[in-house]
Amino acid sequence: MGVGVAGAVKTGARGGRWTRDDWDDGPLGRWERVFDGVRTYRMIAAMWIRSTMAYRASFVMTTLGNFAATGLDFLAIVLMFSQIDRLGGYSLPEIAFLYGLSAIAFGTADLVVGSMDRLGRRVRDGTLDTLLVRPAPVLAQVAADRFALRRLGRITQGLMVLGYALLALDDVHWTVLKVLLVPVMVLSGGAIFCAVFVGGAAFQFVARDASEVQNAFTYGGATLLQYPPGLFAQDLVRGVTFVFPLAFVNWLPALYVLGRPYPLDLPEWVAFLPPLVAAGCCALAGLAWRAGLRSYRSTGS
Amino acid sequence: MDSHSHSHSQVDGSFDESHDSFSNNSFNESFIELDGVEKVFDVRKKTGFMRSERREVRAVDSISFRVARGEMVGYIGPNGAGKSTTIKMLTGILTPSGGRLRVAGIDPSRERTRLARRIGVVFGQRTTLWWDLPLIDSYKLMHRMYRIPDARYRENLDRCVELLELADLLDVPVRQLSLGQRMRGDIAAALLHDPEVLYLDEPTIGLDVISKARVREFLRDLNAERGTTVLLTTHDLQDIEQLCSRVMVIDHGRLMYDGPLTGLHEVGDSERTLVVDLERELPPVEVPSARVVRVEGPRQWLAFPASESAAPLVARIAAEYPLVDLSVREPDIEAVIAKMLHSMRDTPKPPPEQAERSGRAAS
Repeated sequence: MGVGVAGAVKTGARGGRWTRDDWDDGPLGRWERVFDGVRTYRMIAAMWIRSTMAYRASFVMTTLGNFAATGLDFLAIVLMFSQIDRLGGYSLPEIAFLYGLSAIAFGTADLVVGSMDRLGRRVRDGTLDTLLVRPAPVLAQVAADRFALRRLGRITQGLMVLGYALLALDDVHWTVLKVLLVPVMVLSGGAIFCAVFVGGAAFQFVARDASEVQNAFTYGGATLLQYPPGLFAQDLVRGVTFVFPLAFVNWLPALYVLGRPYPLDLPEWVAFLPPLVAAGCCALAGLAWRAGLRSYRSTGS
Repeated sequence: MDSHSHSHSQVDGSFDESHDSFSNNSFNESFIELDGVEKVFDVRKKTGFMRSERREVRAVDSISFRVARGEMVGYIGPNGAGKSTTIKMLTGILTPSGGRLRVAGIDPSRERTRLARRIGVVFGQRTTLWWDLPLIDSYKLMHRMYRIPDARYRENLDRCVELLELADLLDVPVRQLSLGQRMRGDIAAALLHDPEVLYLDEPTIGLDVISKARVREFLRDLNAERGTTVLLTTHDLQDIEQLCSRVMVIDHGRLMYDGPLTGLHEVGDSERTLVVDLERELPPVEVPSARVVRVEGPRQWLAFPASESAAPLVARIAAEYPLVDLSVREPDIEAVIAKMLHSMRDTPKPPPEQAERSGRAAS
């Protein structure tokens, strides 16, 4: 890539007609493509941030709105605890711990790739074609489209709930491993949710109206994870552990931190699997995306 | 440059070397090459509850043509004839089901992003601009996304802004632009990176007369000054008449005609209309080689073959009748194509002249 740009500058200085072949650098390798995708993403996201900041007041309002709307969610749980002491055997700080982790992981994914659930509409109205004629990875273009910093509202709220939980949890015996597990959980959880968004978008290539189905897995999944697994049917817990591995976002590692028994008699070490699960999910989502795009390019609109 | 042409002839090893568009004396060589390109879609049709029938639709059926660098070609045909599908394959959006396709020596579907830097695309119906952002922001993004050298970018932007009269629109969000303004904005966006070929899908659809004229003039200058190859689909015969030296007609996914516009009139023996305003109401004008198709007070409509000049006809009427005013109307593109396709279906063997033309298409 760098060579190509240098070539273009050189010919520009020469003054003659700018010949393409100078920066036409052949097919991109895998890492170049990833680099190009990140570059494209940054570029488009920065453009959206700048355009949002042109209306600062409106940005502040929508961010506060986003914060408040997600905040009400937790308020409902707090109100519930004014009537009960335990929910499924869990105290309020313990629930807050689960809630905070889930909210941060989901909020991060929503911020980074939240626009992907519009893919079905893009396929329907044909605007996906306009992305395909640009010299940049389509995934990066779709993900960065309408990049909205107001989504930081959800993450902020999650961080505050998690902060409260960490202060209020008094019977956790913190070890180095447990402390390290918290940021690992947030990062892996975010990556797992990103994979769900991308995989869902890939599915929309085939089923164009599947945006609501995707929401069931993203928003629905995030809500599910805010409550202890003991509240749910065994089959559901089994499903989100082995089939659709949302349980690795926070449930399994968080239960290890809290020193609570695992569901389904799983061994203790599964608490440390989230990074591996996240990598696997991202790889699968990437493959699904490629298959989806390939099918689009062979069938058209 | 040399190393590139080398690597390309290796990639294209199976193909005749002389067609390698990377060689230096490339001006007269084909820039766009299609050999038996086809696109087959599987269409599912519901035939009842949970049951569907699969049917193959050949949107593009074994099309072959070549376009040289610097040509301006009109690509026309009825709705659903396969025009857009062809453009989508040429730009790398769609993968062909069969045949061989090269643009600037690149296989569009396999090296989409690489080709993207060398082509410009304007879709009349949808914008390539970022809908919610001011026009200038889209251009800034193009600048970085296409890695256009700063000086080049500024020069091209200034030129487009001046010729397409965009100066007052740069800070307006795209969604607030009128159709004509947006189209000009889109054309500018497609040209900032100096594409070698510009594809336009219905560039004048829905535009008013002034916008149409401005767009056409701009395209003509672009082609003349920069030698940009232009391929456009249109429903407007005037686009073709004013811009294209060559037309290709496609119907049911097949190339039916490839040649100059005048030839298209001959094949379809289409008619132009001469509208004359006489001093007073008179019985239908009687002249050879034209027939009166309509009379309305002092105004009469005369049909005459499109391949013939209107001048002798006008002279004759002016000499024999009290002529006040006149105008010549071109046949609309649908009528021309319909007539042409009709006459082709009627004649089992194409006339020699026509065979020669389609020969050009297949060569």
